[in-house]
Amino acid sequence: MNLLYKIFLDPFVQMAAAPDLLAQTLWEGLVAGMLYALIALGFVLIFKASGVFNFAQGIMVVFAALTLVGFYELLRRLGVGPAGLAAYVALGLAVLVMLALAWGVERLVLRPLVNQPDIILFMATFGLTYFLIGFGELVFGGDPKIMIANELNLPRGALDLKILGGLVSLQKIDIAAALIASIMVAVLAVFFSKTRIGRALRAVADSHKAALSVGISLEQIWVIVWFASGLVALVTGIMWGARSEVSFALQIIALRALPVLILGGFTSIPGAIVGGLIVGIGEKLGEFYWGPLFGSGIESWLSYFIALTFLLFRPQGLFGEKIIERV
Amino acid sequence: MKGPTPEVAAGEILLAAEAVTLAFGGVKALTDVSFDIRKGEIRAIIGPNGAGKTSMLNVINGFYQPQKGRITFKGVTRNEMRPHEAAAGGIARTFQNVALFKSMTTLDNIMAGRTLKMRRNLVWQLLRFGPAMQEEVEHRRKVEEIIDFLEIEHIRRVPVGRLPYGLQKRVELGRALAMEPDLLLLDEPMAGMNMEEKEDMCRFVLDVNNHYGTTIALIEHDMGVVMDLAERVVVLDYGRKIADATPNDVKRDQNVIAAYLGVAH
Repeated sequence: MNLLYKIFLDPFVQMAAAPDLLAQTLWEGLVAGMLYALIALGFVLIFKASGVFNFAQGIMVVFAALTLVGFYELLRRLGVGPAGLAAYVALGLAVLVMLALAWGVERLVLRPLVNQPDIILFMATFGLTYFLIGFGELVFGGDPKIMIANELNLPRGALDLKILGGLVSLQKIDIAAALIASIMVAVLAVFFSKTRIGRALRAVADSHKAALSVGISLEQIWVIVWFASGLVALVTGIMWGARSEVSFALQIIALRALPVLILGGFTSIPGAIVGGLIVGIGEKLGEFYWGPLFGSGIESWLSYFIALTFLLFRPQGLFGEKIIERV
Repeated sequence: MKGPTPEVAAGEILLAAEAVTLAFGGVKALTDVSFDIRKGEIRAIIGPNGAGKTSMLNVINGFYQPQKGRITFKGVTRNEMRPHEAAAGGIARTFQNVALFKSMTTLDNIMAGRTLKMRRNLVWQLLRFGPAMQEEVEHRRKVEEIIDFLEIEHIRRVPVGRLPYGLQKRVELGRALAMEPDLLLLDEPMAGMNMEEKEDMCRFVLDVNNHYGTTIALIEHDMGVVMDLAERVVVLDYGRKIADATPNDVKRDQNVIAAYLGVAH
């Protein structure tokens, strides 16, 4: 009885007793959720347009962030202008590198594999992952780098709100992250559902040869979608990098996005964001209120537990397209 | 191929294949095949299994690049052409084993056929506003016309993966028609259909030809269907052309009979 009380009642009593703490926890969950959603978004983009789970998404985040910091350091060494200018030039260059990467992937990886089974494309993204790890280490070295958040004029400090009979502290960079993530998601969602290219993207995911026969250029579509996902990776890299450091270890955050994808459905952009929020908020609440009961490791498995529970009832995810197969 | 292309008058040669040779490694799929398609006609390509019929269609719409030979379309001869360029030039097709966008609805599938006709830029489309909205409405009208024509109003909102085979073939035809092609390639449009569905499909093919004046090249096994539809027939066997004549003459041709039934040695 005592254990049941501790699991099912006590946490809620605590929540009600200190609403300011609850608000703080929810806010942190919201921010974590937004950041998860950003990573998931990169996966969803490529999955929607090619039906392939892009294993390289995690390393693309690291690679994008390293490129940004690398260019910044190079520019500073060459003595380019004030720090702010150099940072924005580096940002522009990093965007160009992501475009070049998208073009290279299309030309060297995807084009030779047109009309092959999805599993072949999936395996190709493994190859891409190891290539990017090796290439990244060769160019930037293996040492962790500091994200140039200040130089990019990302807001610093905290916003302290005196509400709910206590103090709720919001980091300004978190507010910026949440805003940017929401805008990106909104733009991409409209892009996918309302434009000619959006329809073409979905068509390519369903059938290569049918898409070709109605005049859709696979090359163009793939460059667009890999570039979009590269941009998402760059933003993700900046936001995650600003909270810790930029190193190859950052690529494991891609694994944290897996439960988000399972929850939201692999094909849904709004799903990525809702899934991200559920996982982010669930994780923080679980860590704070239930954590003491289970020990501190709860953060690393709770999201998978949540995702599995949803999977029992909706195998296609919350927003995924229902899988229809004629027998 | 974009931009103005010379118009071809009815009855003149719309597409000509000259000495087309296609090989996959050591396997010769097509050897020295020449024939033409005249504007406004229904042209049939027949032959036993493995004769190279589908390979021929794939060459025409750019899926395969022949090692030798030339294709002249609307008076323009090209050496190499990508499928999306062929589509832009006015060649639409259907596939032997239906190739549809299975998770999309009938409406979206046919709308996808309008891809190349949409001209408004992305920003307008994103905002769902102004000229882009007008354009979308126009395309929808055209698509609804096709849906009406093919009698598939009742399945407009159904994801095509859920439809029976006969209807899927009809949606695929609709998508090709949405491109308003100059040349329509049909790869075994009646395969796997029952008598009634076949008759429906025949009617649609004839109607498309009469109504829109679309030139059609089709591959078909059912000789009865070919006799009813086609004005001229090309017969392929082991990648070579063995006959090219009216259906009646082809039926009496000794080479054709030998190819289909075998010869006594």
